[in-house]
Amino acid sequence: MEPLYIVAIGVMAGAAAYLLMSRNVLRMVLGLLLLGNAANLTIFVAGRLGSSLPPLITGDQTTIAISANPLPQALILTAIVISFSLVAFTVVLLHKAHQRLHIVDTEEMREAELVNLDTAGEPSEAKQ
Amino acid sequence: MMSTHVLLTIPIAAPLVGLALTTLLWRMPRLQRLASLAASFVFLWSAVTLLCATIDGTILATQFGSWEAPFGISFVADNLTSAMVLITAIMAVVIAIYQLTDPEENGHPMFHPLYHGLLLGVTGAFMTGDIFNMYVWFEIMLISSFGLLVLGGTKEQLDAGVKYVMLNLVMTTIFLVAVAFLYGATGTLNMADLADRVPNIENAGLVTTLAVLFLLAFASKAALFPLFFWLPASYHTASTPVLAIFAALLTKVGVYAIVRCFTLIFPVTEGLTTIIGIIAALTMITGVLGAASHFDIRKILSFHIISQIGYMLVGVAIATPLALSGSVLYIVHHIIVKANLFLIGGVIKRKSGSYQLKRIGGLHRTAPFLAIMFCIPALSLAGLPPLSGFWAKYLVIKPSLDAGSWYLAATALIVGVLTLYSMLKIWNEAFWKTPAKPASPPVQGSNSSFAAQYVAISTLSAITLCIGLNPEPFVAFSVEAADQLTDSSRYINAVLESPYARD
Repeated sequence: MEPLYIVAIGVMAGAAAYLLMSRNVLRMVLGLLLLGNAANLTIFVAGRLGSSLPPLITGDQTTIAISANPLPQALILTAIVISFSLVAFTVVLLHKAHQRLHIVDTEEMREAELVNLDTAGEPSEAKQ
Repeated sequence: MMSTHVLLTIPIAAPLVGLALTTLLWRMPRLQRLASLAASFVFLWSAVTLLCATIDGTILATQFGSWEAPFGISFVADNLTSAMVLITAIMAVVIAIYQLTDPEENGHPMFHPLYHGLLLGVTGAFMTGDIFNMYVWFEIMLISSFGLLVLGGTKEQLDAGVKYVMLNLVMTTIFLVAVAFLYGATGTLNMADLADRVPNIENAGLVTTLAVLFLLAFASKAALFPLFFWLPASYHTASTPVLAIFAALLTKVGVYAIVRCFTLIFPVTEGLTTIIGIIAALTMITGVLGAASHFDIRKILSFHIISQIGYMLVGVAIATPLALSGSVLYIVHHIIVKANLFLIGGVIKRKSGSYQLKRIGGLHRTAPFLAIMFCIPALSLAGLPPLSGFWAKYLVIKPSLDAGSWYLAATALIVGVLTLYSMLKIWNEAFWKTPAKPASPPVQGSNSSFAAQYVAISTLSAITLCIGLNPEPFVAFSVEAADQLTDSSRYINAVLESPYARD
């Protein structure tokens, strides 16, 4: 099973990298989502894929013999919740930014970094 | 005497309660401000108590949920942690005071909940002894900082917010992947347990890869060369209180994580220290050159954050106890000085109506007290004796000369001179020169409306002077903190042998 998962992680991370390098903010969000899911799968594989028995201690047992590793699932659950809230915030932010700035291309976003902002008060120095 | 469990819980609980209270008082701005201030004072009190309990060198540790050490989530407070928590709490109080008469955040009921959320995330990241838990605290800190950055909703802020959010989210995901790999290699997430197990990994290449992945993730948080680009692109758009708390805390969490990981978990090999040393030198230089090229107070100061981070990293690169103590003292000194400079920048803006150095001037006449208050942190940042920056720089430069890293010492000294140049630039342009044209009369509040802001600024300047004139206890404390960092067995023993909390 592991090789299959590893290939899947690689494909997802690759696609995420491609999307993140785009200048379109919408693609970047999709890239972020994919990257987050690739990270989640990585945690899953890092916890070893073995038995799928539920990790329950029954009767007078004190240790579990062979069962699924419960920890990665707890970690992934946490990571999913966090990435959900962060992506939700990001989408709202981008929507708001689009409303105000009317652009989706990050290259055109120069509101915060005006090229000649520092010399704006000095017309003679404004042109270089 | 409070139990360890309580001592380690209150610094988290205080901002959490502050967050809840200020959210409930949403519609009552005056009460909300007071609740925010009260929560900050409780936080300060808990941090002082924590420091008192650890100042003799004991390392406190506790586990939550009645699970024993490597399984439960550990909270640990050694000297470094309690110093960081205390400095966070001091910042929390000072900025809450500054904010009392600051017009910029009026009418934003969201400011206080997010502010306490940020404090919560930062404190948690300092105190946790579990690497995955640290990721969670990072995220709490991040989402609060996202909210704070775009609070005003101006075009500028939205633009900066998009860049800040995107770059930070990618980098925290890389942190998460690094945690996953580390877990796959060792089977544990507890940092003390990791410190025990990582040296036993036979595949040395894997350890190096993991170390570099963590360095990458934390370096972007700490704004190290070449991953600092998000900082100057976004910080200057935030309002003054937000900017000050960002400048004081956000990057320092990254530095703290680097110090913690590379003293505790990963063995520092020669190759790695060389790389960290080069990164530190380049960070110092690029930051200070960026600052030299700007004429906007906020941008100058933002670039100086980057430059100063390089100094903190020198200690990690040299990795001797004295060098590490230099890093600890530098972080403490820097947080106070930097936040103070940003707060002063905010007052300059209120007094003269602009952040652009070219458009303002003559403040030494109209605001002489502010001018004196500016000199203290500005000269301290440049490292002039007898201010705190001198001792911090001394503790960084001396060990690098001892270790034969002359290039680090030389860079640190030259960058110090260039820092002085930037500070003199602000002094000459904003305070000394006569204003170029009769500046458009800014909204001049009565003097009493500046009272809270002057109280905040004077407090920070007083702390700077106190460290500068009486450095001995602070240096001794840093040396003890560095001893704990170097001798990681003390940390490991404290965590793995501590009894779990019963109630």
